[in-house]
Amino acid sequence: MALARIQLPKDAKRGELVEVRIVIQHPMETGFRRDAGGERVARNAIHSLACRYNGAEVFRATLSTGIAANPYLRFFLRAGESGDLDFWWLDDDEKEGTAKTRLVVA
Amino acid sequence: MNRILLTLVFFMGSALGQPRSGLEFSGAEIRQLQASDAENPGMLWVDRGAGLFAQHCAACHQPGSMKGVATRYPRVVDGKVVNLEAKLRHNGPRLAYESQELLALTAYVAHQSRGLPFSRGISNEEAEKGRREYYRRRGQMNLSCAHCHEASAGKTLGAETLSQGQPNGYPAYRLEWQTLGSLHRRLRACMYGLHAELPAYGSDLLLDLELFLAVRGRGLLLETPAVRR
Repeated sequence: MALARIQLPKDAKRGELVEVRIVIQHPMETGFRRDAGGERVARNAIHSLACRYNGAEVFRATLSTGIAANPYLRFFLRAGESGDLDFWWLDDDEKEGTAKTRLVVA
Repeated sequence: MNRILLTLVFFMGSALGQPRSGLEFSGAEIRQLQASDAENPGMLWVDRGAGLFAQHCAACHQPGSMKGVATRYPRVVDGKVVNLEAKLRHNGPRLAYESQELLALTAYVAHQSRGLPFSRGISNEEAEKGRREYYRRRGQMNLSCAHCHEASAGKTLGAETLSQGQPNGYPAYRLEWQTLGSLHRRLRACMYGLHAELPAYGSDLLLDLELFLAVRGRGLLLETPAVRR
């Protein structure tokens, strides 16, 4: 189950820089770890993440195994119209995750 | 400066016997991670627990009605130690110990008591068995809990600062685990370090220790989901 927490300021003014923060639940397996039985745990990390704001991509990140489990990302975007922020990400298991929230612009 | 502060904490801690949260022994980054709900990864489990609560518990309990409940656990019921996990397993869905679901549900319930003083209504007599286990030497290292967490709290072990080993933040997100874990997992990690036999999750030994730790840390504020090294 993809689970994420997105934090935005409660309201933003038009033209203002808005801080967007997201924490995603993900193990970010490096592929170097071994389990209790000594078997190697397969690499599984989120490698691509993107955020669309009102349909237009505003943020994209390439992640790798150097990033800790449950990655936390923070970026700024300039507020325009009120609209949806759509997050999308993809991991090494080809599993997609999505999360959505609404940015309210006063 | 940090070292002076820690030494101070150590002497005050041992002289007054005053319990101090593990947070006070943590670095600035960890404190910040715990302080901000937007950054604290443990909040992911709290969110998930809210969903499980709505699914399994909402027939009888209002969402968000669990404030103060976690401060009353662990406790002794009919001569047996019952911790919050055991209570949730007994009254709610039969979740396995240390399963993601039980951790999430426990974190959700305990989170509602965040900032309240924990461990109420346990007598010293009830915790006597756990107290004996606490001061018993164990493992190939032949150390008791007190050797690190009372005699040496505030000193360093390698790069780590030893804390008093207080239980007020569990289930907690440990950076070493890269996930949320219960107090029993933390206690097992100590036993592993001592090269001692690992007690099972929910075993009498761990429950007795949990009960004594609650008495020992009486008055500390709950921090669930805490962030620890």
